[in-house]
Amino acid sequence: MDDAFIRIENITKRFGGVTAVDHVDLGIKRGEFFSLLGPSGCGKTTLLRMIAGFEYPSEGEIYIDGIPVTDLPPNKRPSNMVFQSYAIFPHLNVADNIAYGLRRSGLSRAERNARVEEALAMIRLPGMGKRRADQLSGGQRQRVALARALVNRPKVLLLDEPLGALDKRLREAMQIELRQIQKTVGITFVFVTHDQEEALSMSDRIAVMSNGEVLQIADPVTLYERPNCREVADFIGTMNFFEGKMIGMGGDVAEIDAGPIGRLRARNVPVALTAPGSDVLLAIRPEKIAMHKAGAPGIVGKVSAAAYLGERSHLQVTVDGLKAPVAVAAQTSREPAGTEVSLTWEPDAAIILPRE
Amino acid sequence: MGAKRNYWLFGYAVLYLAFLYVPVLFLPLFSFNDSAFIAFPLAGFTTKWYGQMLADDAMHSALWNSLKVGAAVALISTALGLLAAKALTRYRLPGGAAVLGFTSLPLFIPDIVLGISLLILLNTVKMPLSLVSVMLGHVLICAPFAITVLMSRFDGFDKSLEEASLDLGENGWTTFWRVTFPLVLPGIISSLLLTFIVSFDEFLIAYFLAGTDATLPIYIWGQLRFPYKLPVVLALGAVILVVSCVLVVIAEWVRGLGQSGRRTVGV
Repeated sequence: MDDAFIRIENITKRFGGVTAVDHVDLGIKRGEFFSLLGPSGCGKTTLLRMIAGFEYPSEGEIYIDGIPVTDLPPNKRPSNMVFQSYAIFPHLNVADNIAYGLRRSGLSRAERNARVEEALAMIRLPGMGKRRADQLSGGQRQRVALARALVNRPKVLLLDEPLGALDKRLREAMQIELRQIQKTVGITFVFVTHDQEEALSMSDRIAVMSNGEVLQIADPVTLYERPNCREVADFIGTMNFFEGKMIGMGGDVAEIDAGPIGRLRARNVPVALTAPGSDVLLAIRPEKIAMHKAGAPGIVGKVSAAAYLGERSHLQVTVDGLKAPVAVAAQTSREPAGTEVSLTWEPDAAIILPRE
Repeated sequence: MGAKRNYWLFGYAVLYLAFLYVPVLFLPLFSFNDSAFIAFPLAGFTTKWYGQMLADDAMHSALWNSLKVGAAVALISTALGLLAAKALTRYRLPGGAAVLGFTSLPLFIPDIVLGISLLILLNTVKMPLSLVSVMLGHVLICAPFAITVLMSRFDGFDKSLEEASLDLGENGWTTFWRVTFPLVLPGIISSLLLTFIVSFDEFLIAYFLAGTDATLPIYIWGQLRFPYKLPVVLALGAVILVVSCVLVVIAEWVRGLGQSGRRTVGV
């Protein structure tokens, strides 16, 4: 926390009787692409708006670059924001929109114009400065909003679901572009999104939020491979869950009694859950499950549905004694529905979580 | 069947428009009629009533009074409306709905009741009756119009535009002048025109509060006692009608500009 560039200390925000953000602590490093990820209503936008200065926290303190900013209005903070609606000023042209924040910068007119031209080149809209705001497409508005914020060279750029309004293809192109721009300018980005794929593909680190609380802060790989609770595991990607009871540890491999599907093995068990008799949840990603012909050792099941997606197939395998079918992502296999199969996985691939 | 229904609807529309506008058209018609009696058949074309109207000093001073009151009322009630509309749309006010209800209440109180109440009030505080008292009475009934027009304008633009301006380094005051004011300007112009017309037309409250300074409606009311002056009144009415039409067209045109500006605010 000490090397944190943005420090969120014990921040709480209540609207009337509703707690939108509940005692959040987190540190964001200088130059980091940091995402706040969570379903709508989880408090991520409220947290971002508190960093920007549009909401005043009910409790706690926010520091940017070591300076407490909690009591500063938005215009005195070293941050700029890209709004979800882009908030392009409709009465100004593109160049005047981008130059809006430079009026108080003390720069000469020539320097300001140079900055605007530079920004237009960065967002690959050169020569569009005289264009009216209502003549821009959605993607162009998004870029202008980005340029308008970055042209002020803020210490922090705050982005509130900036890609939400774009269609899928444009969104994916903008994800790559945004990431490149962030690398080039080296400014700390705080990015709010509900799209887990977007967060995984762009971020250095992600904070997963739910009901106003931060569940886990980690890099994308750790978040995907080692979620720390069921909610995170469930929110990021697809996950199979098996309830079980710890039998004991054989070396570093745990033996788990999973009831109707027999005994399962897993490595990397949290110390708190190693005691025999502990209630645990074994989680396994669909692509970590290997599928064999019926008769081979493993969990026996029957393919109930199969979707061919080109690069891989998604299968649902029903197993006697389990309520939910097991999701399997297979690269080669194209088993038709009704086929009897046997499922196995490596002990390394399984994740052991506490059962709430 | 569709065609038949359209035929009936067309007939209805024509009748409706005729009901609205034919009575009004008698004004310009008889104002050019060369007879002091307002009756058919028409006697011939003349512009002498307009000549008499232009030569009437009392009419001039009444017109001037009405213009002064109207302009002051338009400015004051639009300024008040601007503040109220911003407060009611931009901030979470305790009891905001009640405030809005009370500010629009004067619209529903009969003008004659308002006129009498104001007269009693002014007598109680010993304030002399003059154009100032007329103006105060008119602000009372015009402010709700201004608030309504301006609130719809404030509601029509994205609040994050003002936040973006604050975020980009401007304070509340400069944000108002750089973002809010240009965006609500069409609403401000509509409000100025509307409140001016309401004040210019208003008779009852002015009648109670004007004292010796007649406004134009009071002057016209006075002229009706003299039958031979009626054609002059008609000429005056025709002029007011034309000016009102022009103002309404301008107001609608400005509102149209606002609408197209508003469309750009969305995604």
